[in-house]
Amino acid sequence: MNMVQALNSAMDVMLERDPNVVVFGEDVGYFGGVFRCTEGLQKKYGEHRVFDTPIAEGGIVATAIGMGANGLRPVVEIQFADYIYPAFDQIVSELARLRYRSGGQYWSPITIRSPCGGGIRGGQTHSQSPEAIFAHVCGLKTVMPSTPFDAKGLLIAAIEADDPIIFLEPKRLYNGPFEGDPKQPAVGWNTHPAGEVPDGHYTIPIGKANTVRTGSDLTILAYGTMVHVAGAAAQQTGVNAEIIDIRTIAPLDVDTIAASVCRTGRCVIVHEATRFGGYGGELSAIVQEECFWNLEAPILRVCGWDTPYPHAQEWDYFPGPQRVAKAIRQVMGC
Amino acid sequence: MATKLHIPHAPFRPGDKPDFSNIKLPKAGELRRPPTRIHANETRDLSFSMIRVLDGDHRAVGEWDPHLDAETLRQGLRHMLLNRVFDDRMYKMQRQGKISFYMRATGEEAVAVAQCMALRPGDMLFPSYRQQGLLIVRGIRLVDMMCQCLSNSRDNLQGRQLPVLYSFKDVNFFTLSGNLGTQFPQAVGWAMAAEYKGTSDVAVSWIGEGSSAEADFHYGLTFASVYRAPVVLNVVNNQWAISTYQNVAGGDQNPFAARAIGYGIPGLRVDGNDFLAVFAATSWAAERARQGAGPTLIELYTYRAAPHSTSDDPGRYRPLDEWQYWPLGDPIDRLKKHMIARGEWSEEQHAELEKELTDHVLASWKEAESYGTLNEGPWPPVSAMFEDVYKDVPPHLIKQKRELLE
Ligand SMILES: Cc1ncc(C[n+]2csc(CCOP(=O)(O)OP(=O)(O)O)c2C)c(N)n1
Repeated sequence: MNMVQALNSAMDVMLERDPNVVVFGEDVGYFGGVFRCTEGLQKKYGEHRVFDTPIAEGGIVATAIGMGANGLRPVVEIQFADYIYPAFDQIVSELARLRYRSGGQYWSPITIRSPCGGGIRGGQTHSQSPEAIFAHVCGLKTVMPSTPFDAKGLLIAAIEADDPIIFLEPKRLYNGPFEGDPKQPAVGWNTHPAGEVPDGHYTIPIGKANTVRTGSDLTILAYGTMVHVAGAAAQQTGVNAEIIDIRTIAPLDVDTIAASVCRTGRCVIVHEATRFGGYGGELSAIVQEECFWNLEAPILRVCGWDTPYPHAQEWDYFPGPQRVAKAIRQVMGC
Repeated sequence: MATKLHIPHAPFRPGDKPDFSNIKLPKAGELRRPPTRIHANETRDLSFSMIRVLDGDHRAVGEWDPHLDAETLRQGLRHMLLNRVFDDRMYKMQRQGKISFYMRATGEEAVAVAQCMALRPGDMLFPSYRQQGLLIVRGIRLVDMMCQCLSNSRDNLQGRQLPVLYSFKDVNFFTLSGNLGTQFPQAVGWAMAAEYKGTSDVAVSWIGEGSSAEADFHYGLTFASVYRAPVVLNVVNNQWAISTYQNVAGGDQNPFAARAIGYGIPGLRVDGNDFLAVFAATSWAAERARQGAGPTLIELYTYRAAPHSTSDDPGRYRPLDEWQYWPLGDPIDRLKKHMIARGEWSEEQHAELEKELTDHVLASWKEAESYGTLNEGPWPPVSAMFEDVYKDVPPHLIKQKRELLE
């Protein structure tokens, strides 16, 4: 399966298993979503389980909160992560704090799915990676898969979770893995082992990172599209790098990261989002706290530049394998 | 799960034969044109019915006839046709991979063109992405629009924006956002500032009927009402918001124009494919704003004949021939027939004009391409990426720029 089909399959499984699951958002009903993630689900489960909403992200999240508080398990789609901001108050002030402020009386187990990231010539309003903004909000769990297999397992876990989940989908990976060179011909997920996705129910625990490449010289921390870019960069440099796919932005799997960096003594952090105040800063601080006495070199970050995501200069903005390789060499002192 | 919740349906889906006979259209010329200093409650008929000027015999009738001279009509026809020919060319160029994205205004050209012609050059425009006609009326060169779409060396936005997200301050056209609805209340603020400055300029904004569900729509109307700002607020009801029909935005209950009344703002519902009606309603609203009588909400009832964008596939959600059944026809065709009926135009002249505009668009494209294309450049300099984030480039961006250029 590609990632779109894997996400579709996760929602299919959960709509089937749990009558409280409802799926809604802009264009997700009859049409099946602009990226086709909900294709066929309205037909299969009926228009009360899978439906179109007005164009109002704040309204989508707010009604999902109310439905969730009243026993349903809404899975909502925000068409692009760039359009999640009208829902920001509902997410930050309401969704994230319902349980806390009501002394555990009220909570809303909703999953907010949203395509994120660039590399699709989408310009600044179809390319953003806002994970750090949500990571900063206590009470939310934030997830970003890098393969179809993980996408399905994580989405099922998210829907089953009783905490609110921000589920960010790197849209550049919808149809195939992407190593960061737009000139290379596109490849599909069918040739990738993680494109092998079981039909039925399975979960991937939220809060667990995944070591996708083992190595002894250096640890690369990445998530989403950058997991694949980091792989290509490691290959390019020939450095024996370990790559950890963070998978759950919050809560973070500190143990897996600390064990790896304490062993390798070196760390490069890669994300597509802007650098200043970005999630890499948090990762870097944690690595420093946990692994300081084992570090052999400063921790480096490779990120999007601190500018909006440009249209024409997209590939100068995107932190591609060259930039990651440069950081690897720098940390290795070679 | 049995629920009584109402889930709206589009009237026609692929495979259905469209039939819009249920849409109640008043006769052209039927509605009165009241004085502009009017209370919202006195506009019930105007917001629930529909202002129409062109009748079945292509004559202009009734109190709303703006009595435009032949030259103005010719201008209007020319602008609308240019809008369409330009759009078609750009659509083709996207299909050939020359630009990354495009959005056409096909079928709703009268909205931007007639409205802009009814305004003054000093009036400030806060459009959505489907009012490229505003730029055509205000004399922006096609080459400049094309260069933006190409993200080439002459792109006035330095390659930063997706095609069609224009910005042309010279002609009082506000920078377009990709985020829906945001411009609507901003226009109100601009209009409020115009009062501070003591100018007689008004602000005008457009929002899609789908986007009217966003909170910004409500902000705009509330602020406009409270401060009686000199603003003209337009809902372009082109029936479809990507795959969802206007009833998903609540349009099957009461017309969008009627929402104005609850805010204490006059509402006008207009046949958006009737050039004369659109012109007349806009003149009325602009005059009202200029007199200090306050805002107006106009609903322009039309049909989005083109796909939503070049990324869209309308065959999956509506009958592809639905437009053929649309009872309000084609705005270009209707104005053309009116001019012919008045003896001011002919099929031959029309064909000639179309040829002239096609040649003009083609020549403009050739020129624009000579300044670079998205795939092959030349592009704006890479360093432009770091400029205009702030007024001055701060140290960390100077450092990042250096790192990139190394
Ligand atoms: C805040 C926000 N949400 C969602 C989108 C994605 N989107 C772009 S256009 C569109 C449909 C808009 O429909 P409508 O307002 O009716 O305008 P039309 O395209 O018909 O002119 C959607 C959902 C967006 N650009 N911004």
